[in-house]
Amino acid sequence: MATGTFTVLNPSGFHARPTKVFVQAATAFQCKVSLSKNGKKVNGKSSLSILTLGIAVNDEVILETDGDQEEKALQELGALLTKIYEE
Amino acid sequence: MKGVMEPMTEHTARTATIGGIAASPGYAIAKAYRLQRDEIKPVQKQVADAAAETDRFRQAIGKAKAELKQIHELTRQRLGEEKAEIFEAHLLLLEDPDLIDVAMEQIEQDNVNADFALHSVAATFIDALLAMDNELLRERAADIRDVSGRVIAALHGAAYTTVSGVTEESVIIAEDLAPSDTALLDVNIVRGFATEIGSRTSHSAIMSRSLGIPAIVGAGSSLMDIETGTMIILDAVKGKIIVAPSDGELEQYRHIQEQYEQRRAELAGLKSEPTVSADGAHMELAANIGSVEDVQKALDNGAEGIGLFRTEFLYMGRSALPTEEEQFNVYKYVLEKMDGKPVVIRTLDIGGDKELPYMKLPKESNPFLGLRAVRLCLQEQDLFRTQLRALLRASRYGNLKIMFPMIALREELRECKRLLQEERTKLIAEGIEVAERIEVGIMIEIPAAALAADQFAKEVDFFSIGTNDLIQYTMAADRMNETVSYLYQTCHPSVLRLIRMVISAASKEGKWVGMCGEMAGDESAIPLLLGMGLHEFSMSASSILPARAQIRSLSRQQWAERIDSVLELGSEQEIKQVVQQHVNS
Repeated sequence: MATGTFTVLNPSGFHARPTKVFVQAATAFQCKVSLSKNGKKVNGKSSLSILTLGIAVNDEVILETDGDQEEKALQELGALLTKIYEE
Repeated sequence: MKGVMEPMTEHTARTATIGGIAASPGYAIAKAYRLQRDEIKPVQKQVADAAAETDRFRQAIGKAKAELKQIHELTRQRLGEEKAEIFEAHLLLLEDPDLIDVAMEQIEQDNVNADFALHSVAATFIDALLAMDNELLRERAADIRDVSGRVIAALHGAAYTTVSGVTEESVIIAEDLAPSDTALLDVNIVRGFATEIGSRTSHSAIMSRSLGIPAIVGAGSSLMDIETGTMIILDAVKGKIIVAPSDGELEQYRHIQEQYEQRRAELAGLKSEPTVSADGAHMELAANIGSVEDVQKALDNGAEGIGLFRTEFLYMGRSALPTEEEQFNVYKYVLEKMDGKPVVIRTLDIGGDKELPYMKLPKESNPFLGLRAVRLCLQEQDLFRTQLRALLRASRYGNLKIMFPMIALREELRECKRLLQEERTKLIAEGIEVAERIEVGIMIEIPAAALAADQFAKEVDFFSIGTNDLIQYTMAADRMNETVSYLYQTCHPSVLRLIRMVISAASKEGKWVGMCGEMAGDESAIPLLLGMGLHEFSMSASSILPARAQIRSLSRQQWAERIDSVLELGSEQEIKQVVQQHVNS
């Protein structure tokens, strides 16, 4: 299992476009992907569940990947967490 | 008066006014069309054949997907890729494992009907989102309702969309408009809409602005008492709906509407026009921004640059300092988005009324006169160097200009420039690319700096006059203190004299001067600033187009000739009067 902590920088937080992009990328990986904030952990391949974390700008989130290509997934998905999206 | 029907006694008894939030400005005068969706409320049933039920579920999802793809394509053609993206997100919801797979499991394990399973799983998400304290997230509940409602309608063999029923010019009245409703509105006949619920950031509000049709949201429950066919006036400038208006009101509003449209067309036509005075002098109109989100608004309002990018938002509302990487990302984004147009980024201006709890700075009895902005940065050099490095690294992605706030002493400026140079040298040694030339300027907001502008002008590339603080420090009046607010005078002769002094000093050295306080967008000050030779006016985005229209009507030469006599006047009131007289003549 691979784990990393990331700070979300997108000004409007992490929903709408960011979750869409993140979930599409996460779904392309075989490994399990989960995201947690303040101790609440959800499926990283479900945009609905990610929404319920209520991730706002400057929030710290923990990304966990477990299985096939977990390191690569951690790196690529982590970059999507800190990215600024045009909205 | 949100949501309250108040009868207007001076007109016929039928006339009533409903208040709401103006979401997209404008006026519409047409008959109401009340849109009511009969929501299907699934009832739990036992199904004998779970496999057949999951098949039915898959087919309904397939049908919903096909419809959404059509809506996506239609929206893409009408409003572009970006606006259509929401329907891609909707399509993704129909593949969401925590929604679809979970509902599927319920059907298989509990032998329940598909519509009930989907409805109940969707309801848990809708409830969770509605309970969040973030408005944007609460509004996502509408997406889930829209998507699951479409699948449930398909399971019942019912049609989902109802806006297609509008066949003549109307103003649509609805409890709320689902995203897929707004996408299907025919703007040729829909003059505007009003919704019972919603806020400025709800999907329907955002869509109304992209479609450019007037809209009022959050008008309250009495809105739905309006019957289809009733004449209404939608005043989405003031945020009110006049139901069954009198002939007098109709005539009055038709006149207002005409003037409004004319003014709007005039301003919209100036969006990509240069800012040129009547006698041919070029100015730059820039926007003040305080977050990344403001950049688009600046561009939409025809900003020719960013005259002040306040970086405090990066530091506030969090538990630790932002890293160099985080800052770099933000600066790079703004520079790229502005695509070569000038972007003046102000280094951290914390202290005064803005505090950072995690810095644990000692309480000051007079924070506006205390350890603030550059004073703090020069003391906390690590913090400052991190920001300078992030700025330098971002510099090659656009036209960056760096501005230091609250400079009083020449030595402060020199120290800031020295640190900047040191970080530049280090970065280059690390093999990191930095723009060859970055303009460096200071904010003029302390009278001491204004009075020594001739000396500072030799050591900077530009000045930007921060009038909010300059006025406060010149008049010794706390701008937060209402009891002394009468002293806060933008056009006081002392303030204007300081401004003129700064502009003249800079011109002698061939340097440009901007202004990034509220005053730059103030129509009573613009003629004077123009006459003094101010080069760049930076203001909130919404003031840019009106300011451009105003400057195009003024002669810089004429105002330059008037300045001396205006500055001889002894009070703000007299000055404003004279400006008014000349503008009107």
